[in-house]
Amino acid sequence: MKIMNCPLNGPRNISEFVYGGEVKPMPELSTCSDKEWAEYVFYYENSIRIVKEWWFHSPSGYWFIAERHTASDDILKTYDPSELFNQRVEFESSPAPVQEAIA
Amino acid sequence: MPFSLLKYGLKNDYPFENDVDLPVPTELKKHYDVVIIGGGGHGVATAYYLAKYHGITNVAILEKGYLGGGNTARNTAVIRSNYLTSEGVKFYTESVDLFKGLANEFDFNIMYSTRGQLTLAHTDSAIRSFRQRTEVNTHFGGKTELIDPQQIKELVPTLNMNPADMPVLAGLWHIDGATARHDAVAWGYAKGATQRGVELHQLTEVQDVIVENNKAVGVKTNRGTVKCGCIVQAVAGHSSLVAAMAGIKMPITTYPLQAMVTQPVKPFLDPLVSSSALHCYVQQTGRGEIVFGGGSDPYPLYNTRSTLDLKEGLLASAIEMFPFMANLKLMRQWAGITDMTSDYSPVMGLSPVENYYLDAGWGTWGFKSTPICGKSMAELVASGGKVPDIIAPFSMDRFDVFRQVNEMGATAASH
Repeated sequence: MKIMNCPLNGPRNISEFVYGGEVKPMPELSTCSDKEWAEYVFYYENSIRIVKEWWFHSPSGYWFIAERHTASDDILKTYDPSELFNQRVEFESSPAPVQEAIA
Repeated sequence: MPFSLLKYGLKNDYPFENDVDLPVPTELKKHYDVVIIGGGGHGVATAYYLAKYHGITNVAILEKGYLGGGNTARNTAVIRSNYLTSEGVKFYTESVDLFKGLANEFDFNIMYSTRGQLTLAHTDSAIRSFRQRTEVNTHFGGKTELIDPQQIKELVPTLNMNPADMPVLAGLWHIDGATARHDAVAWGYAKGATQRGVELHQLTEVQDVIVENNKAVGVKTNRGTVKCGCIVQAVAGHSSLVAAMAGIKMPITTYPLQAMVTQPVKPFLDPLVSSSALHCYVQQTGRGEIVFGGGSDPYPLYNTRSTLDLKEGLLASAIEMFPFMANLKLMRQWAGITDMTSDYSPVMGLSPVENYYLDAGWGTWGFKSTPICGKSMAELVASGGKVPDIIAPFSMDRFDVFRQVNEMGATAASH
């Protein structure tokens, strides 16, 4: 079986991992248009090259980033997301209205 | 036909020496009214209906490899219309109707055979969803029934009624379910289209799409530049890559889909059988071979390689359904690459670029839609961009307005 190197657990069978999609910048929630948000959610580069992707090690519940070639399937690098995301993301959209608890 | 057959039977030499199906390739012209990128089933069907119904014959089909050599040759040739949404069922039901008349229309045997397709339910929730699909199908003129285990036993006596300790509780019996020779469908359409004047250029790779003022005006190929009135893109697994040449980003991810076939055995399995829980479908071809298929690979890849783990998993499910198959030998295995949308429905119609029409997002359900797809794309092109009602729900901008056509349940587990 293909082996992937988990940054937390070391080399593991690929069947232990779940693919989580391309790493893409999230548009600014409060100002972006519906079209921009739809593009962020549904549209993909989906090209042949080395891509940064989210992967999840299911047994240990750990998300990380892998750099993989989308035609040769070579996994070049895997690392903790903190290497890319080193600042806290604040969500500034107005909070959803609090619903009354149903008695 | 029988008399000419008899005449040829008595001849010494091969009678078709000077009667080839496809015309000899010619030089590319400088300009075509319509350029179709991709010479698979969908591309040639579009050309065929353009020539036949709309009299548009200044058409070139540009194919990187050879006719019907991509996913047209790699699918498992399942034809059915028992989907879930009214948009999907309406579309696929018309496709099945068109398929039934194709052999006569082509005067060429596509080996269409109505075997019926049986999907097994192992849970109460599957039965509920099957009941809904039965009603939607019946409403739109398809023939689908919900049947009980006794009826399933009578239809498929060799089936294990308790596969992987998940008892078969009911079945979605799609009487219209069928199979056909997929290559013959592409050949029939290509023959009909080229006889009417369409040019099929094989080994002609589109390397760039020329867009001026947001209008598609031509393509650059390995055999020179061609100007055109409009472009239809029908390239299956390569949809995102070709669309990117025109500057279009697609709501698509590309996954491999693997299948395999055993040595031929005596006929024992008439219907096409699939299990909603085991993610496996099994059918016996006209030649006696047994074809297995299942879900796509777990992550995206532009590669037709096979993996042992997926094949093992698929065979384990197949053997649970038909235990005696453990003694059979595999003859071939292969993979195709499929362009999956997030709602398991296609992307058809207009694109953000003018005169550039999309026929993409066919994932694992492209073969069964070949005729209706060709017919509606031809209508779209001939009308200069007026989207036919039947494909309107599948437009790409449905993702922008969050109006998806969810066929996941009716597609993902059972093709």
